[in-house]
Amino acid sequence: MTPVQNYIDLFKQNRALIDRGSAGALNSARDNALDCLLRYGLPHKGLEEYLHTDVGEWFEPDWGMNLARLDMPVDFAQAFKCSVPNLSTQLYFLANDSFASSETASRNLLPDGVYAGSLKDAALERPEILEKYYGKLADMDKPGIAAINTLFAQDGFMLYVPDGVVVEKPLQLITLLSSKVDLMVNRRILVVLGRCAQAKLLLCDHALAANQYLTAQVTEVFAGEDSALELYDLEETHYANRRASELYINQEADSNVEIDYVTLHNGRTRNTVFSTFAGRGSNLSLNGIATVDKEQHVDNMTFVDHRVSDCTSNELFKYVLDDSASGAFAGKVLVRHGAQHTESQQTNRNICLTRQARMFTQPQLEIYADDVKCSHGATVGQLDDKAMFYMRQRGIPEAEARMMLMQAFVGEVIGRVSLEPLRDRLNRLVEKRFRGELTQCEGCRACR
Amino acid sequence: MKSVEQDNSLIREISAEKYRYGFTTDVHTDIIDRGLTEDTVRLISERKGEPEWMLEFRLKAYRHWLTMEMPHWAHLDIPEIDYQNISYYADPTVKKEGPKSLEEIDPQVMKTFDKLGIPLEERLALSGGVAVDAVMDSVSVKTTFKQTLAEKGIIFCSMGEAVKNHPDLVRQYLGSVVNYRDNFFAALNSAVFSDGSFVYIPKGVRCPMELSTYFRINAAGTGQFERTLIVADDDSYVSYLEGCTAPMRDENQLHAAIVEIVVLDRAEVKYSTVQNWYPGDENGKGGVYNFVTKRGLVKGVDAKLSWTQVETGSAITWKYPSCVLQGDGSQGEFYSVALTNNWQQADTGTKMIHLGRNTKSTVISKGISAGHSQNSYRGLIKVGEHADGARNYSQCDSLLLGSDCGAHTFPYMDVKNETAIVEHEATTSKISEDQLFYCNQRGIPMEQAIGLIVNGYAKEVLNKLPMEFAVEAQRLLSVSLENTVG
Repeated sequence: MTPVQNYIDLFKQNRALIDRGSAGALNSARDNALDCLLRYGLPHKGLEEYLHTDVGEWFEPDWGMNLARLDMPVDFAQAFKCSVPNLSTQLYFLANDSFASSETASRNLLPDGVYAGSLKDAALERPEILEKYYGKLADMDKPGIAAINTLFAQDGFMLYVPDGVVVEKPLQLITLLSSKVDLMVNRRILVVLGRCAQAKLLLCDHALAANQYLTAQVTEVFAGEDSALELYDLEETHYANRRASELYINQEADSNVEIDYVTLHNGRTRNTVFSTFAGRGSNLSLNGIATVDKEQHVDNMTFVDHRVSDCTSNELFKYVLDDSASGAFAGKVLVRHGAQHTESQQTNRNICLTRQARMFTQPQLEIYADDVKCSHGATVGQLDDKAMFYMRQRGIPEAEARMMLMQAFVGEVIGRVSLEPLRDRLNRLVEKRFRGELTQCEGCRACR
Repeated sequence: MKSVEQDNSLIREISAEKYRYGFTTDVHTDIIDRGLTEDTVRLISERKGEPEWMLEFRLKAYRHWLTMEMPHWAHLDIPEIDYQNISYYADPTVKKEGPKSLEEIDPQVMKTFDKLGIPLEERLALSGGVAVDAVMDSVSVKTTFKQTLAEKGIIFCSMGEAVKNHPDLVRQYLGSVVNYRDNFFAALNSAVFSDGSFVYIPKGVRCPMELSTYFRINAAGTGQFERTLIVADDDSYVSYLEGCTAPMRDENQLHAAIVEIVVLDRAEVKYSTVQNWYPGDENGKGGVYNFVTKRGLVKGVDAKLSWTQVETGSAITWKYPSCVLQGDGSQGEFYSVALTNNWQQADTGTKMIHLGRNTKSTVISKGISAGHSQNSYRGLIKVGEHADGARNYSQCDSLLLGSDCGAHTFPYMDVKNETAIVEHEATTSKISEDQLFYCNQRGIPMEQAIGLIVNGYAKEVLNKLPMEFAVEAQRLLSVSLENTVG
């Protein structure tokens, strides 16, 4: 039996249980998801988009799923690892895929009308928002994880900022993966920003136990007119973790969105971004860093759809690959007919540190309008010999010099992070990562 | 101002014409029945008087082709092709009556090539000129300077002759670079291929003149499936040119060729193409489907293969001249200008496969889209595990003229060696308004200004062409851009 059939059977047998553990719009979206999953199946290597990451294969093992919403105790003290010095954040927690209330997560600290919290609760308390937005961007009419995620998602996180409201304090959502069995997690995140609204959201992924995890995460972002959103997605899990995420963004006129993906430590990761410009004058800054070693694998795929004129997109992804790690990047920029005055720049730079490290990159431009400025560039290479020589000449030991160069290499991406304390924190984390300290930390018992 | 004046008169002269090679020649042509079966393959082989092993090669390819499906991954909208509605062999050299003499060519055929500007009389060619193999439909009409070249040990003849006269060389190299299993069109070509050119440059010989093959489709209802094989032995050098035209017809004609090149130790091959198949009319009616597999195996140490192409014709182009850089220190180059206008579609680029140590490749691609056309660059840079010190630089620029066309870039990079340096850059933009304004200000009308700027934009590639071709290519670019300004 195919894995898809297993999941479909599981769903049909447990439909009532799943619905009971969830609410409203999350439940009503499942029928369509089932149709789409039956029609398109799971992504597999035969598809060009998944050529380098066989996401479908990840779904083959018999994963445990917490459909009955059993309480899984999670040690939130572990979250201190995620604290960003000098940055006071509004903290929220997800234990696997269930929203866990914490003492600091008090809604009163947020401006009036703002909702930040459990998606399931939102489906009960603010059903009108979910009716309007939930599942409206995630495209299930293709092989992907949106369908299977919608089929099983029972909870997650929602951030809703009404028109004209500015949330000054950054919000931080920490996901802790912890269970006694190998677990599949279906996480759903919905971010809605009204007209002229502003918010900053930091997502951190951690794995606490040595079990294997499969995370299927779907995030939908609606950026209203003139709104501003900064979204940071930081992954610090372990070798036995598999993560497939899909992020959908819809930008109305004059909105500014910044997305930063940071993969510091992982097993196998596939992040897919689908971004659409629906209103003129919008800007998107989409960045990514991956520092991987051993047999880790990171695959980022981005698709930026310039549907209207006068929008700007700027992408920068950098990978440092050590040991037998492998990386893939595929970025596509589509400029539709009539989307004049589009400016788009896409850059992917990679360093392979060993013979076994492997990089695959595929930047793509598809352009149907003439008055545009679009460019992309990609490189795969090593650390600059001349720079290395220069530093050695000045008495810097080789190991140190290598580290400085690697840090400078990813520093360009970190420099784009708007949130200053986070920038400092990332610099430190990356340095730790390059020194190999992160893989030996106490918090991560799964390290090899 | 003289040069501008000259350019202007050139443009004036050519703007009166559209596709100047669109005439047909009324010559008795022996065309086999339409359709493709095992019998067709046997018939072609029989007509060409081929040995048994050649027939076996064709049949194997045909049987494999039957198991394959037409590829759809390219960014092209290809209408359904009825492979049973094409005649796979057309011979314009067969006399109506009387014994066939190789020396005697139908005067009509001679006239055709004269009209195309291809001299088949050696005495008419410029001194130190170009040796030409002229292929019409499925058959090589004449190969010039064969004798002069033979004195140096160079073999330059049609593929049909090579199979008969140099079977050992053909057997050794045919299909060694492009296997019949390679792709759908390669299998089709391997089954039904007709004349192309065979070139062998012996050890240490520098070919004294440019070798050239001119392909002409003439008969209606046929396709052209030529096959070219070039072998450059150690320390040799050859520059090879290829040109092609076809009559204006409402039907779409299929051209599915294979070019195989083997470059041995320290040898160098320069392969230039000016592709000017009939592109169809301004409404997208008619035109040649150009589905070609071109690949060079750069096998020897310090060997070099350079592809230069100017693509202005064809309704649909599907073509990726590639280099397999197997020899240590070998080099591959790809310079391309692809211009699409009206409803033309092109998906073209290159593959550079780095296998040997210290291999280098350069890719410069310039795409120009106008009208309603779609122009894509698709390229692969692959660095194998043992390709220490591999170096690649790719640059793909696209120029858009008009708001209804499309320019797309699909580069693939697959690097398995940490010492490799691979760089890719691409830009897409419209023609600079400042430059146009500057030209207009000086009294150069819009259409000519565009011609000038486009020629300047493509200069980097045009400079790589042999002189005769460079002049032709510049003319072509200007003609193809006609009526792009509303």
